[in-house]
Amino acid sequence: MASSPTVSGRNGQPTGEVSSASGSLAVMVTATTQSPRREAFGSRNVFILSAIGSAVGLGNIWRFPYVAYEGGGGAFLIPYLCALLTAGIPLLFFDYAIGHRFRGSAPLAFRRMHRRAEALGWWQVLICVVIAVYYAVIIAWAAMYTWFSAQLTWGPGNENDFFFADFLRSADVREVGVSTEFVPQVGVPLAVVWVIVIVIMGFGVKRGIGRANTVLMPLLTVMFAILVVQSLFLPGAFDGLDAFFAPNWQALADPGVWASAYGHIFFSLSVAFGIMVTYSSYLKRKTDLTGSGLVVAFANSGFEILAGIGVFAALGFMAQAQGAEVSGVASSGIGLAFVAFPTIVSQATGGSIIGVLFFGALVFAGLTSLISILEVIVAALQDKLGWGRVRTTLTVSIPLAVISMALFSTTTALSVLDTTDAFVNAFGIMAVALVAVIVVAWLLHRLPALKEHLDRRSSFPVGWVWMLLVGALAPLVLGYLFVSEIIAKTSEPYGGYPAWFLGIFGWGMAIALVVCGVLLSLLPWGDRSHAKDDPSYDEFLAVEHYDPDPETSAITVPATTQRGADA
Amino acid sequence: MTATAVVMMIIAMVTVWGGLVAAIVNLARHPEAAESEPQPPVEL
Repeated sequence: MASSPTVSGRNGQPTGEVSSASGSLAVMVTATTQSPRREAFGSRNVFILSAIGSAVGLGNIWRFPYVAYEGGGGAFLIPYLCALLTAGIPLLFFDYAIGHRFRGSAPLAFRRMHRRAEALGWWQVLICVVIAVYYAVIIAWAAMYTWFSAQLTWGPGNENDFFFADFLRSADVREVGVSTEFVPQVGVPLAVVWVIVIVIMGFGVKRGIGRANTVLMPLLTVMFAILVVQSLFLPGAFDGLDAFFAPNWQALADPGVWASAYGHIFFSLSVAFGIMVTYSSYLKRKTDLTGSGLVVAFANSGFEILAGIGVFAALGFMAQAQGAEVSGVASSGIGLAFVAFPTIVSQATGGSIIGVLFFGALVFAGLTSLISILEVIVAALQDKLGWGRVRTTLTVSIPLAVISMALFSTTTALSVLDTTDAFVNAFGIMAVALVAVIVVAWLLHRLPALKEHLDRRSSFPVGWVWMLLVGALAPLVLGYLFVSEIIAKTSEPYGGYPAWFLGIFGWGMAIALVVCGVLLSLLPWGDRSHAKDDPSYDEFLAVEHYDPDPETSAITVPATTQRGADA
Repeated sequence: MTATAVVMMIIAMVTVWGGLVAAIVNLARHPEAAESEPQPPVEL
């Protein structure tokens, strides 16, 4: 017989043998105060789709193709696969292990690991706050461009000016400061994006996030596959593919290329900022964590290869149409999506279809990622306050939507977005990842326990190699990348922006995330919070034969309510 | 496309998409375990 749940009182004393009178009182107390069971994904496949939806984002489509092209084309495959296998997948397992073992949002999971580690979780939550605020506006732009593509609104030959001057009405922060001038063609779709994600989030993990991903991810894949096939039929497409896949072996001798492969994999997989911790906390007890993680990681990379083929086939066409080299038209990020692609749409036969598929894919890829980013914040507050789903979603999302509208539906949106994105990536995500692996591996010595947790339920054993990769290689690589970023961003003002502007939206924001994360971790958790009241966690610990959590089992549960664990 | 570019393209597709297929096959061989956790108590 398996041991029954260890239920202990506030002083750690067993309280199973209570008199019948006090027993029934305790039952009543438990019954009336017991919080609902933790939300869960409907099935393993829904979790996998949602995790792929989170990982596959704008970066896969507009960042990877150029990073690979710059990093040696076909030769980049070697550092890329190395980074995937030695850092990306191990860190993904690291997040899964923490979320699944401690069954909580990022702050609660880290708190349950160690009281003082809670600040790491809040730091991750705040990173998600910053990212969510600007990520939404890119989806709004892409949504508008899906519409513009159908009608070639920008006017052939005017793609660059249309985006910056007509659509964004971009103003220079050096001249106007942070603008409050509302740009309706951005602000209105941005408000719509927020309404859509708030509705999805309000429906919860199973009916909202799970269902949205179940619909959007297959749709995204089909759309992108059609886009790639259509791009391949454009004249000059194979010149583009040649530029993309022709190996430049000398690039492998450049440490910068290896660093960019590790940096890219790291951002691409959405690891280390709470998303995968949160999602895996919604998995059932016996889920195959590493087997699922391998599907997520390879699906993410598979999508990147597909995007590389599609994007470079289209760029090959653009180069031929302009009588230029592919190297002369290759770009990434906002320039690729909102200047180069509209140009291709203008010039290609059936260009409108390409445009609608490309921007539609950006919208869907962005939405599924934005949902996962918001879930980190919503889950954290649900755990902290013990509130219901709808109330927490509204409390979180409405202020975020307001900030998002205030900063990103104005004429200086692009500068604020560019700066916050660069700084939150380098000194938010990368910094918290570095600190988290060092704290968990070297200060708390939790890697053996996490390895055991992964191996106990998973089809792909990780063993000591995983501990070595997470505990030794990851801190080295992340440390190197982090120091490189500090050097790059202190040697000259990022993007040529004025010092006051970088001080607020760059350095100030990045430092504020750490300070506020620590402050939030100092706030006490109320009796209704899931740190204090989480019967399903107590049950999980008992069935898994883990030590009981002194905080959650503080509320006395008499013997009569103990769950039989004989199964 | 040059021959080396074609070869690299095929290697990239085989490793990454092959890896995805292998991961899916592995997962399919380990179907989701039924939860054997008992139901919460009903008696009050």
